[in-house]
This record gives sequence, structure tokens and C-alpha cells, in this order.
Amino acid sequence: MTHSSATNLKESQIKQQAWKRYFTFNTDHKVIGIQYLVTTFIFFLIAGILSMILRGELITPPSDLVDRSLYNGLFTLHGTVMIFLWIIPSLVGLANYLIPLMIGAKDMAFPKLNAIAFWLIPIGGILLLSSFLLPSGSAQAGWWSYPPVSIQNPTGYPINGQTIWLLSIIVLGISSIMGGVNFLTTILRMRAPGMHFFRMPIFVWTVLSAQLLQLFCLPALTGAAIMLLFDLSFGTNFFNPTSGGDPVLYQHLFWFYSHPAVYVMVLPAFGVFSEVIPAFTRNPLFGYKSVAVASFGISLVSIFVWVHHMFASGTPSWMRILFMFSTMLVAIPTGVKVFAWTATVWRSKLHLDTPMLFALGGVVMFIIGGITGVMLGAVAFDLHVNNTYFVVGHFHYVVYNTITMALFAAIYFWFPKMTGRMYHEGWGKIHFWLTFIGANLTFFPMLPVGLQGMVRRISSYDPQYAGWNILASLGAFLLGMATLPFMANLVVSCLIGIQAPNNPWYATGLEWATTSPPPTENFETIPTVTLAPYSYGLPQYSTVDTTDEEAIKRHGN
Amino acid sequence: MMTPILEKIALFISVALMIVISYWLGQQSYNWMPVAATAEAKHVDDLFSFLVALGSFIFLGVVGMIVFSIITCRADENDYTEGHPSRGNNKLEFFWTATPTILVLWIGWQSFNIYQQLDIEGLNKIIDLKASESGNKSMLIAQKIPNQIEEIEVIAKQWDWTFRYPQSNITTSELHLPQNKRVRLILESEDVIHGFYVPEFRFKQDMIPNHRLNFTFTPLKEGKYKLHDSQFSGTYFALMEADVYIDSPEAYGQWLQSAHNNILKPSLAATEHAHQPRQLIRSDWPTIEPATPFVAQQ
Ligand code: HEM
Ligand SMILES: [Cu+2]
Ligand SMILES: [Cu+2]
Repeated sequence: MTHSSATNLKESQIKQQAWKRYFTFNTDHKVIGIQYLVTTFIFFLIAGILSMILRGELITPPSDLVDRSLYNGLFTLHGTVMIFLWIIPSLVGLANYLIPLMIGAKDMAFPKLNAIAFWLIPIGGILLLSSFLLPSGSAQAGWWSYPPVSIQNPTGYPINGQTIWLLSIIVLGISSIMGGVNFLTTILRMRAPGMHFFRMPIFVWTVLSAQLLQLFCLPALTGAAIMLLFDLSFGTNFFNPTSGGDPVLYQHLFWFYSHPAVYVMVLPAFGVFSEVIPAFTRNPLFGYKSVAVASFGISLVSIFVWVHHMFASGTPSWMRILFMFSTMLVAIPTGVKVFAWTATVWRSKLHLDTPMLFALGGVVMFIIGGITGVMLGAVAFDLHVNNTYFVVGHFHYVVYNTITMALFAAIYFWFPKMTGRMYHEGWGKIHFWLTFIGANLTFFPMLPVGLQGMVRRISSYDPQYAGWNILASLGAFLLGMATLPFMANLVVSCLIGIQAPNNPWYATGLEWATTSPPPTENFETIPTVTLAPYSYGLPQYSTVDTTDEEAIKRHGN
Repeated sequence: MMTPILEKIALFISVALMIVISYWLGQQSYNWMPVAATAEAKHVDDLFSFLVALGSFIFLGVVGMIVFSIITCRADENDYTEGHPSRGNNKLEFFWTATPTILVLWIGWQSFNIYQQLDIEGLNKIIDLKASESGNKSMLIAQKIPNQIEEIEVIAKQWDWTFRYPQSNITTSELHLPQNKRVRLILESEDVIHGFYVPEFRFKQDMIPNHRLNFTFTPLKEGKYKLHDSQFSGTYFALMEADVYIDSPEAYGQWLQSAHNNILKPSLAATEHAHQPRQLIRSDWPTIEPATPFVAQQ
């Protein structure tokens, strides 16, 4: 009795410390990974609430819920927070947790830099959101912040919402560049013995490709933001047309980063699909090498396509045509990936656990995102639907229905590894179905309504568009509800879930070879890699050990 | 287990079915678009129909395979053995690298052709290409264009549209276009970037301050349409609209006659700014004042 209560006390002390270290300047990549995931999820919820207010306004044609400036502020911050504080950093968080484990390293190359990069995220985010309280209001020029709208300052205050917006973009950009340096060094220099390039899991390949893009292209955006800040605050004339500046130059700089940025976002999502699908089909990833090389192909081509966002910006015809072709080229390596996942699923042994449902749902919806994307590459068609809801529908099929779905898949898949406990399967499935239905209900109607000509970023619209808009708004509220079972599931499972075995999915990959959760230095001894990745079918990944009580309990769940 | 022959037949039938459905969707897609009011619109709709048909085929193919697998390939709960023993298949891999390549080339080629047919003319080109085919360019431009092509100036400012007919010396707040005649719009913005967009015309063009951009097209279908700003331009962006009419040649002539006493209307933005509507949540953040209408120049 006394003995066991003493250990209980010690255990609870350790737990308490464990709980506290998430609020400290910790340099363990696993702690930082979870710090990222939790922080960015909070930003996701905030931006989600903003989007529900937007959809609340759009459920009826007139402008009757929020006034015009506030609506503009809401969509600007919704878009900015979703991109710069949810999608990009949450994938960084996931990569932070997984990359050292996957390549058999003890930590990231520069642990302190890693922690600084993380802490810049909440700083930038809180700074950005605080701008709602300024007398001038928040930024209202959209997440693109095209000048001259973004450098108009009707208040006359020296600091307005746009200033804050620019400062936080610069802070977040610096954080991303720190992250990029760290990931590249880690992946290139710290792989375990035997982990040569073509033995790296696809997730590692995709993070490598994405972070290369980040390092190469992000300086353009940071530079543009600094120049815009100078125009806004100090009256320089880089982009200001009234004194000879060129607003189109900003668009080039902006899209030189922000087009590749969509691949910074989507590549790791492809990486998640490439991990989850083999594990739940018991197949090696079909065409592993093509998929790995395709990640690089996508990165490379995506640097040369930015002008497709500017087809209507006075871009001459020869340039339109050049960028139309380069845009369509991206479809080739992307197509290779989609085919590889499909072939992996074909004739396999499917297990439809929650991570797999999210992965398959994400792949299916990505096909819609991809097809509409190629359509947008066709100049003549783009000139009709550009800046309409068709584009909004297309990119939400990518950012929500693909990337956010992939993030959910990843969180469920690696939850046992991260917490040492299993999530609840039933609630996971409810979360999936609500999300899948809600997401389609929200974003599909945007495609027809955009074809009909409903312009984006408008707070009131012609009553002819009302039908589809009601559906989209109802879908958005459903999508909001859908996150509740997710949060409940994770919190409850974290506290009282069943103990997770080291490798609940019988998956390949070094992260499954250590304990759940992994010890501080990840592995007791650094492993040596001797196998091709995704060696499903080998005995060590095939047999359910019937003497393993945990495994049996899990399946009884 | 199906026999290989049966399997081939099933495959054949499903591909045939997919082709039929995709073709049908491609035809349907014409109905998803608004009325086609210009000569250019028809081409855009053809392109869209082609993209829908091809896209549907790909969607049905891939999603069909996934759904089929979900239905037929489920594993027992505790069966973690190998899915299937085949490890890579070079033929198949080649096939699906080639497939997207061919599809992309095909889509690119079609899109290129259709773009060429649009004949909206090179942007920023003040020189009429057709005129340059023969002799003295500048003479021809000076003499011919005003007769061949109706020129209209479109001036945008936060948040108002004004139209000028230099050949008839008219300034109005609604846009009238002559049916079946080539029209050149000369686009100008006085402050920020705005965008010229009439969904029924199927194209848009940004209007960039300090750049006179122009494009030509042919209005075909008589009727009333709505011009909307397509490039976000600030607080009252949603209200930046104007009425657009395509008139028969006679009606157009008559309108030009009567338009001299056409009074410039205040914009929707100016009206709303003066009388704020009831909104549940108000921020009352400061805004740029909406423009007052031009005074008609005589
Ligand atoms: C919770 C589900 C979501 C809903 C209901 C939603 C809804 C909306 C709406 C109504 C708009 C305004 C569209 C416009 O007028 O242009 C919008 C814009 C946008 N959304 Fe979402 N959204 C959701 C999730 C996301 C996610 C996950 C991302 C991730 C990146 C995202 C990124 C954006 C961006 C970048 C914009 C453009 C903002 C701008 O035009 O400046 N959204 N969304
Ligand atoms: Cu792009
Ligand atoms: Cu405008």
C-alpha cells in the first residue's frame, strides 16, 4: 500500500512536470511539435469562428449582420490566420514531431532555433488578432493585401490594422525561414546509418521539398511586406501609383511566394497520405521512387507558375500562354501521386480506421480540387471565373478538404505515438462523417455559384445566388459542429484512453520502433536501417501477437 | 472470384459507362453558365465543356477504383498480412506517368487554341493588329478604327463606374453596347485596382491606375446585364455595380441621341454611405469616402 501510493505520488509529479513543460521554452522537438499543433489548432478554431460569421452574413443576400468594413476585416483575418497560423505552421509542427523520429535522429539540428521559431508563432498570431481592437480596425485588404487598397489609410493614425498585419507577416515569415534552415539541415545531415535517400519515408521527402521551396521563395514575400510597410508608414513609392510606383510589381513578388506556398502546404499533406494509405492497405506504396521524385518535380515546376494568379492583371498574351502551360505541367507529377495512392488501395487488405477514412476522404476531395485547378490554368476559362466563388470553392477543396483532412488523418494516426494512449474509434468515425459531409456541403455550392458569376469578397449579393449560399452556410455551421467530437475525443483519450502499444497499426517506419510516447532522446540506441520503406508483408509487420493484451484490448474497443 | 474474361467485360462496360456519363456532363455544363452574350462567350463555354468532360472521366475513374476497393477489399479486423504480393510494376508506372502527360498536353493544346480564337487582342497594344497588315500603320489607325470599332472609355473609382463615349461626347453611369459590332473598351482607374467583369461576357480585366488597358470583343445578345467590380477595391466593393445593355443597332442609335440629357446617378456606395443600413454588429471603422459622380462634360 504505502509503496504503491509513493510511486503514484512520484508518477503524478512527473506528469505534472510533463504537463508544464509545454508552456516553457523547451528544446525537445517532440514538445515543440505538440506546442505547434495545439497552438495552431487554437488559431484554426478562431479563424473558423470568423468564417462562420462570414457565412452568417452570406446566408441572406443583403448586408445585414456585420457592416462592410467589419466584413472585410473578417475575411482578411480569416484567410490570413488560416494560411499563416493554421495550415503552414501546423504542418511544421507535425514535421517537427515526426522528422527526427522518422530518420532516426535524436533531435532537430538546431534545437534552440527550433524553439525560437515556435515562440514567434503565438507572438505573431496574438499581434495580428489584437488589431481588431485598434480604432482604425484590423487590416481589410484581404490576405493578398494588394496595394493601393492596402496602403490607403483613411484614419490617418500612424499605426493601423494594415501596419500590424505587415509586422505579423514579417514575424511569421522569419519563423518559417528559421524552420526551413532547421529542417533542411536535419534531413540532410542527421539521418541514421543506412537511411539513404531512397529509404526515406515519403513524408520526409515531401517536407524536404516543401522546405526547400520555403527557403527559396519566402524572401520574396518578406521583401514585399517590408516594401509595403515602407509605402504605408514612411511614404515611399515602391507600389504607390500616385507617385510612380507599380502595384503590379507587388503582385509578382507576392505570388512568387504565395503560389509555391500552396505546395508548401499541400506536399506534407501528400506525405501523410503516403504514410497512412500503405499502413491501412498492408501494401508497399506503389511506385515509391516515382512518388518521391514527383515531390521534387512539383516543387521545381511550382516556382514557374505564379503568373496564373495574374492572368487578368494586364498580363500580355504571350505571358499568359507561357504560364498556362507551366501551370498545367504541375498536373503531371501530381497525377503520378494520385495514381500511386489509388494503385496502393486497389486489391489490398483495407482497414477503415479513422486515419484511413480521413486519408481516403482527403484523396477523393483532392481530385476535385486538382481538376478545378487545372481548369483554372486554362487562361480563357480563368478569365471568366477568376475572383469569383469558383476560385474560393477550388482552393477550399484544397486547403480544407485535402490539407485539413490530411492533418486530421495524421493526428489520429500518430496520436498513440504522441500520447501513449489510443483515441476512441467510434467518436473518430463520427468526426469523419460530419466533416466529410459538412465540407462538401460548404464548398461544393461555391463552384456553381462562381460559374454563375458571384464575385468573391462581397458582403451582399444578388438574390439569384441565394439558394447555393444557404447550403454553403448550413454546411459551414455543420463543419463547425464537427470539430466538437474531435476535441472531446482527444482530450478525454489523452487523460483516460487505453494504453497504446508501440506500434498499434503494425506500421513500418522508425517512429514505430520506439516506445509510445518516445523517450527524450527518441531511441535507446540509434537504429540502423536495412530495409526498404513500406516493407509491408514482412513477418514483423504482419502478425498480430495474440499474447499482446494491449493489442487485443484495442481491437475489442 | 471473377474469371479473367468476366473481369475484362466488366472493365470494358465500366469504361464505356464512364465515357457516356462524362460526355453527358460535358454537354450539361453549358447550362451551368449564365447566358452567353458575346461572341467570345461561346468559345469559353466550349472550353469549359471540354474540361468538364475530361475532368469527369478522370474523377469517375479514380474515385470509382477507390470506392470499388472499399467495397470489395476489406480485411478482417486482425488480418495484418500483406495486401498483395506485387512489388512495383514498371509497365503500370510508365502507363500512369504517360497518361497525365498526354492529358495535360491535350488540355493545354485545346486551351491554347480556344484562347487564340477569342481574339480579344494583345493587351497594352494601342495598335490595331488588323490594320498593320497593310501599308501605313499610323494613318490607318487614325482613320479606320474609329469607324470600325466602337470605342468606349470605362472609368472606375471607389466605388463608382462612369462611361464615356468619346465619339459622341457622352458621359453616363450605365453602359450601352451596340449589338454585332466590335467594341473596344478603354479601361482606366482613378485610384486603386478595379476589375471589369460581366459574367455573361465571360471575361474580366483588371484596371490598374496609370495604365490605360483596352480590349475588344463583340456583343451579340440583346439584353440587360450587370457589371461588377472583380478586383477587391475597399469598403463598399460589394456595391460597385453598373447596368450594362446590349442594344440593337437602332436602339443603340436612339440611346446615343437621347443620352445627352441622361443624368449621372449617385453610386450605390455613396447612397449607402449617406444612409447606413441596419446591421446587427457595427464596427464603424473609418473608410474612404465614396466618390461623387462626375459632372457631365460638355
Ligand atoms: C471552417 C471552414 C471554412 C469556411 C466556412 C470558410 C469560408 C470562407 C469564406 C466565406 C471566405 C470568403 C470568401 C471570399 O469572399 O473571398 C473564405 C476565404 C478564405 N478562406 Fe476560408 N473557410 C473555411 C476554412 C478555411 C481554411 C481551412 C483555410 C486554410 C488555409 C481557409 C482559407 C481561406 C482564404 C485564404 C480565404 C481568402 C481570404 C481573402 O480573400 O482574403 N479557409 N473562407
Ligand atoms: Cu497558384
Ligand atoms: Cu472597384
